[in-house]
Amino acid sequence: MEEVLIDIDITKAIHTTEGKQTLEVKLQIPRYGFFTLFGKSGAGKTTLLRIIAGLTNPDAGKIVVGKSVWFDSLNKINIKPRERNIGFVFQDYALFPNMTVKKHLEYAQDTQDKNHIEELLNIFDLAGLSSRKPENLSGGQKQRLAVARALAKKPEILLLDEPLSALDEETRLALQKELVLIHKQFNATTLLVSHDINEILNLSDYVYKIDHGKIIKSGEAGTVLGKASEDAAQKIPAKITSVNGRELSIIYSEENKAEKPEFQPGEEIYIIKKPLI
Amino acid sequence: MNAEFLQTFWISIKLASLTTAILFIVGIPIAYFLSYSKFRLKVVLQALVSMPLVLPPSVLGFYLLLAFSPNYWFGKFLLNYFDVQLAFTFLGILVGSLIFNLPFMVNSIQTGLSNLPASLKDASYSLGKSRITTLMKVLLPNIKPAILTGICLTFAHTIGEFGVILMIGGNIPGKTRVASLAVYDSVQALNFTEAHNYALFLFAFSFLILIFIYSINKEYLRWKKF
Repeated sequence: MEEVLIDIDITKAIHTTEGKQTLEVKLQIPRYGFFTLFGKSGAGKTTLLRIIAGLTNPDAGKIVVGKSVWFDSLNKINIKPRERNIGFVFQDYALFPNMTVKKHLEYAQDTQDKNHIEELLNIFDLAGLSSRKPENLSGGQKQRLAVARALAKKPEILLLDEPLSALDEETRLALQKELVLIHKQFNATTLLVSHDINEILNLSDYVYKIDHGKIIKSGEAGTVLGKASEDAAQKIPAKITSVNGRELSIIYSEENKAEKPEFQPGEEIYIIKKPLI
Repeated sequence: MNAEFLQTFWISIKLASLTTAILFIVGIPIAYFLSYSKFRLKVVLQALVSMPLVLPPSVLGFYLLLAFSPNYWFGKFLLNYFDVQLAFTFLGILVGSLIFNLPFMVNSIQTGLSNLPASLKDASYSLGKSRITTLMKVLLPNIKPAILTGICLTFAHTIGEFGVILMIGGNIPGKTRVASLAVYDSVQALNFTEAHNYALFLFAFSFLILIFIYSINKEYLRWKKF
């Protein structure tokens, strides 16, 4: 059995666009993996991430990380965010407009580790931009800086709140690859909040699907996101005729009219690879 | 320019400088509390801070004069225990100015803090920084235009103060007589040349302060687009 790093059992009343609901989460997250919280907007994903970081307090429950208790409502324990060894990448990056790229990394460290800063600047391709302020960085550079800053104090847990959602497709794909490499290099247990299926499939080892404040499914990305496997009516046999870069051409059977899918341009579909007998 | 003219302006500038410096120190924690606290009764504090904006200066001056008078408990307490007399003294008009100008400093800083994205504060906390470090290194440096606006408004408003100072200070030359009172005094004495000298200086000074504030805010709006 893998070693459990984060043991969460919390409840929290949250207000969403659909009204009041209760976030009720019981999770055991193993060490070192790349995990994703997947679900619709307002499902409670970001709130859960903020609760782990200590930026939002749960109403009740317990959070244990390793051997230390970060939150325990019964024993009135609530470790401050600054005492939790986490790195947090915010959806809007939350870069400090008054600081240069290098200053961001220096600020993040309690004791200065110049080698680590140089290493981060090089890995994230920011070395040539170290004296620039965020207003002079592109979207992708800002995102890199946000991740580099979160890693500067060598956190045990990296929390990513839809970090790529504001970027264009090309930059997003490039940064997904970087995130995979960085995860392998820094070994921080990573929890990503996302509703981008491609992103999750590219990055995650394991996915928790959250809906109306509850974890309704968990497992490997393909299993949890493979809608077709849970909805037989949408399962249609098809054959790949050609592969050209990221474009797939498929043919599918129209024999059974009830199963005829009604594809629309721009629609996202799930493809499960399975050999036709 | 005679000695009395210079002395009157010196009192005005001394009063405005001290008021601004003290309110800068006092205003930051109050503005921080009003921006971020979830305390239910904070609206009462907000209303109290902003009262001088709607209250006639003579009303505030009248109550402060009563409070400072040795015939009432507060004035008596200050005189008996600290040997301090506030009515008709420079210290008195300074205390009056601090109360009267509180909203100009606090509201400016509070607006600056409230306009910052909440994630900046959260990001700093997640990087292991304390509230004080976050305030000093992240929040305040990013609301510089709001702070400068607060400083300029407080300074300029103190220079132009009339009612409160007249009520508490009593217009004593060399002690509590400031430039704005001197204009009124000169007109009463039909000395229009002297009134003009004071008035022109006050006019030019206020105009320059406003130009400064608007040029800062222009820069601030450009910066906020990022």
